[in-house]
Amino acid sequence: MYHHSGIRRRDLLRGTLGLGAATLAVSGCGSPLATGLYGANPPGDALTYWNLFTGGDGERMIALQKIYQDTHPEVRLDAVTLTWGNPYYTKLSLAVRGGVPPDIAVSHATRMTTLAQAGLLDPIDPAALAELGLTADKFSEAAWQRCHVGGALYAVPLDTHPYVLYYHTEVCRKAGLLAADGTLKPIAGADDLLRAMRAIKRATGKYAVVTATISDPAMCWRLFSTLYWQLGGTVLADNGTSVVLDDDKALTALNFIHTMVDEGLMAPHVDDTGVPVLFSAGEAGFLFDGEWDCTVYLTNKTPFGMTGFPQVFGDRYTCQGDSHTFVLPHDPARTPARTARSLEFVRTLLAHSDIWAAGGHIPAWDPIRDSAAYRAMKPQSSYAYVADSVHYDEPAWYSGSGSSFEIFMGQAISEVQQGGMTPRAALAEMRRNLDTFAKTPSPI
Amino acid sequence: MALSTTAAPPTIIRGDADARHGRRSGVFLSLPFLVFYALFLLGPLAYGAVMSLFNTSIVRPGLGSARGLGNYAEVLRSGDFWSSMWHTVQFTLYTTPPLVVIALLLAMLTERVRRGKWFYRFVFFAPYVIPSASVVLIFTLVFAAQVGPATTWLTAIGIDAPNWLGSPGWAMISVALLTLWWTLGFNYVLYLAALQDIPRDIYDAAAVDGARGLATIRHIIVPLLGRTTLLVIALQVVASLKVFDQIYLLLYGGPNFATRPALEYIFDSGFTDYRAGYADAASLVYLVVILAVSSLWLVAGRIAGRKG
Repeated sequence: MYHHSGIRRRDLLRGTLGLGAATLAVSGCGSPLATGLYGANPPGDALTYWNLFTGGDGERMIALQKIYQDTHPEVRLDAVTLTWGNPYYTKLSLAVRGGVPPDIAVSHATRMTTLAQAGLLDPIDPAALAELGLTADKFSEAAWQRCHVGGALYAVPLDTHPYVLYYHTEVCRKAGLLAADGTLKPIAGADDLLRAMRAIKRATGKYAVVTATISDPAMCWRLFSTLYWQLGGTVLADNGTSVVLDDDKALTALNFIHTMVDEGLMAPHVDDTGVPVLFSAGEAGFLFDGEWDCTVYLTNKTPFGMTGFPQVFGDRYTCQGDSHTFVLPHDPARTPARTARSLEFVRTLLAHSDIWAAGGHIPAWDPIRDSAAYRAMKPQSSYAYVADSVHYDEPAWYSGSGSSFEIFMGQAISEVQQGGMTPRAALAEMRRNLDTFAKTPSPI
Repeated sequence: MALSTTAAPPTIIRGDADARHGRRSGVFLSLPFLVFYALFLLGPLAYGAVMSLFNTSIVRPGLGSARGLGNYAEVLRSGDFWSSMWHTVQFTLYTTPPLVVIALLLAMLTERVRRGKWFYRFVFFAPYVIPSASVVLIFTLVFAAQVGPATTWLTAIGIDAPNWLGSPGWAMISVALLTLWWTLGFNYVLYLAALQDIPRDIYDAAAVDGARGLATIRHIIVPLLGRTTLLVIALQVVASLKVFDQIYLLLYGGPNFATRPALEYIFDSGFTDYRAGYADAASLVYLVVILAVSSLWLVAGRIAGRKG
């Protein structure tokens, strides 16, 4: 005797087939599920957009997306925000390799070079941009130049974000550093900067300058690289396969940092949480930081101003910086219609980049940068003059914003700032790491 | 099978047929598993071993240029690889002892509770079922500098709270605390089950002989739970060697890579730096280390078993 208990095989098969058919029917061919499972094209009216903005930048980006959605109701905008830095670029790379890239994505200009060389981006046709009124002459020159790889355009710049100088107006007035109009008197040269800082230290009785020295190696790198590049040095050449670090120039920059710490002008052990506490309370008159942190001080009503990082060395002005750009991730199934929709999205965001500029970034789109509204935006526009002098990280597969390069260089500098390493030892440490990476066969 | 061949002579032939039939159906029954095992474990392992001899990149098609044993030489010389190995060991050392001792203590306490045992079992086991992403969200708040309860509560009782997630020295301890809270429930349940297996009469006999409190624990409970403890430690060490999610989500291996475990080093090399060939070499070195540790453990277990 043979009893059927529970499910019979035929029922099971029938059920499985039915379930499969039902899944197909429910998902249609346009849902993200279908895209993921069988690589179907996303629906015709969708625009997927990846970015890495959180905090104040994140809120302003959402406002910009809303403007786009309101003016383009026929498009279904699907925006995804991911953690910035290496996690973001890893996910973007894997999405492209996996065949499910977003239509358009944000990338730092310095990371874009590596992505493009790795074949993960599609070039952008300047003629298609020109049709939308986006032409080279209307963008910041330095940013626009940096958007090219091997002569082809791979990105459209949204902004330039330099390393700048914040000054506490009350402290600096007490130290006699302000001009009649309440802005900082120009500072030129190492001695001039040291003199100003000594005056501030007398005024505060504590420190002259604060900057994150712990747990934020990229910030330490920004200080060092600004000084080093002002001296006319270069760190990497030949796409990162050779190291051209100049010992004398690097030591001059490191010694200057060491002097600031040694004289008690720079607070030695401060992390990202401590920086705003010290600067807002006026325990330091200067703050070396990226312009993107201005929201913090505007919100907590610190009396402060901003200006370009002073020219400490050399006679050609430069400071460290990068740009946020829009890129088209490589997609063999990309249609002209989807590219056009992506570029129209870029045009809309650029046209409203005054909203973006409120967060401190210098708009790369000249019609906004030259507008009266932006010029009236203080302190956000008071360092706009540095936009075309910004120095980007030299290209290498391991360099760029938030990269391994910035981390290992920054760690050595951080040790000097915290007094744990002499400038000479830090230089040796930099060289050891640089040589390791330069010798490593490039994966791109 | 052995029984049927020796019990009754007339059935010997049939028994052989049975055995052959049984063996064949055994192979067929395990075939689905074997196919998946070959497809998703042995296949990739062999492919990885080949890739580890090349400059394979995930963004370039094919294997790339040959590199011989260069990848292995680079792994063995890499300070970052060995420091990530050390972080994995560090994590194991920080988490295993408390996960064993505290789980046992809580299990014994729960056993003694007269009423509402279910409540304690639930409370101690519940965190174990939370997914890693949610646990990390909770502990990001708990460990938040200045405002997190881990800081404010310590400050309230006059203790200077450390910089839980920000300082390289404390970050791994914070991860260990999170893991302790999260995974304690599993060991706890194992101990609870083992405790219930100890016959009542042994306690009674011991009580008659005058054993009280601590003596009962030392001479009865701990020795009788020996096998469970061995199991718990083995599972714990294996789980620690595989640590990735909570560290990746909470700190991304930071600050200054002070918590980056071996698995994240392999992930970073392979996916962030695109260096699949190198990452394969690193993971094979890691595999060898794990196999060595496991076989040492097996041998130690055998020797201890023979002595016992």
